[in-house]
Amino acid sequence: MTEKAFVLGCSAIGAGLAMIAGLGPGIGEGYAVGKTIEAIARQPEAKGDCTRTMFIGVAMAESTGIYSFIVALILMFANPFLGKL
Amino acid sequence: MDSIGQGPRVVFTIPLFGGLDITETIVIGWLIIAAVLLLCLWLTRDLKKIPEKKRQIIAEAFVNFVNGSVKETMGSRFMKFAPYIATILVYAVLGALVSLLGLRSMTADFNVTLTWALMTFALITYYKIKTNGFGGYLKGFAQPFAVMLPLNLISEVATPLSMAFRMFGNVSGGMVITTLLYGALGALSSALHISFSIGSVVISLGQLFTPAVLSIYFDLFSGCIQAYIFATLTMVYISGAADEE
Repeated sequence: MTEKAFVLGCSAIGAGLAMIAGLGPGIGEGYAVGKTIEAIARQPEAKGDCTRTMFIGVAMAESTGIYSFIVALILMFANPFLGKL
Repeated sequence: MDSIGQGPRVVFTIPLFGGLDITETIVIGWLIIAAVLLLCLWLTRDLKKIPEKKRQIIAEAFVNFVNGSVKETMGSRFMKFAPYIATILVYAVLGALVSLLGLRSMTADFNVTLTWALMTFALITYYKIKTNGFGGYLKGFAQPFAVMLPLNLISEVATPLSMAFRMFGNVSGGMVITTLLYGALGALSSALHISFSIGSVVISLGQLFTPAVLSIYFDLFSGCIQAYIFATLTMVYISGAADEE
């Protein structure tokens, strides 16, 4: 096995591992949306406010997932380790 | 499949300062500016006090929507921000929706989203300095105590970066998944012998209708929601910066 193949394979595994971070935002966003639905069911007249606040919160919670996605993208397409060989 | 990891293509190069690369994103951006200009001219042609035409009702609904959100999120003393918010909203929505025409999404280029986020960051910093004075702005980094200085600095830098990465990540993530799906469907249809080629053009029957479902989510829903979230976060951050004591 060449050095390059080893680095590429490890980078692919790393990209896959990075995307495990998708779990956290998924759980968090699901929780936030569930709570919003509860709030809307209790107070349907506050639907607009609840939905707007939920979208902002969900966007915030998504950040960590997006960061991991960026890491995976860098590992796959702009691999910084290949230059160090 | 080759287009996944690529940035926007360079369309042509201006021979200035050693060659300025004009990418797809810039060309599409200027096309959108022209389209928005024409749209505005068309929508606001012969306005009436009581709207008769459908286009005036659409224009009024949009302006009312932006004015209402600015008033609700930022308060009525920030009404002068309504044009800025509307610009970001229109530009981001159209920039994401051009992918429906088969062009490259404008917000799938990190340069674009980072520019917008830096514009918002400049406004946030301006309002922080205006509200607290320059000394108060610098002192704000050492709140509540001086040990927090590095953490505050990181969170200050993280604001524009996370805004830019959020928009870029959502749109380009959708693009990567759609391209992967196209590749998988192409391979599947050639395995099932339902793809045939005319000359050099390969037509795979499996690619026909399935990607449309994902396209509705990634292009329509995600593009519009991300534009809305970007505009809302801009409003929240700016009014938050101006309210600090």
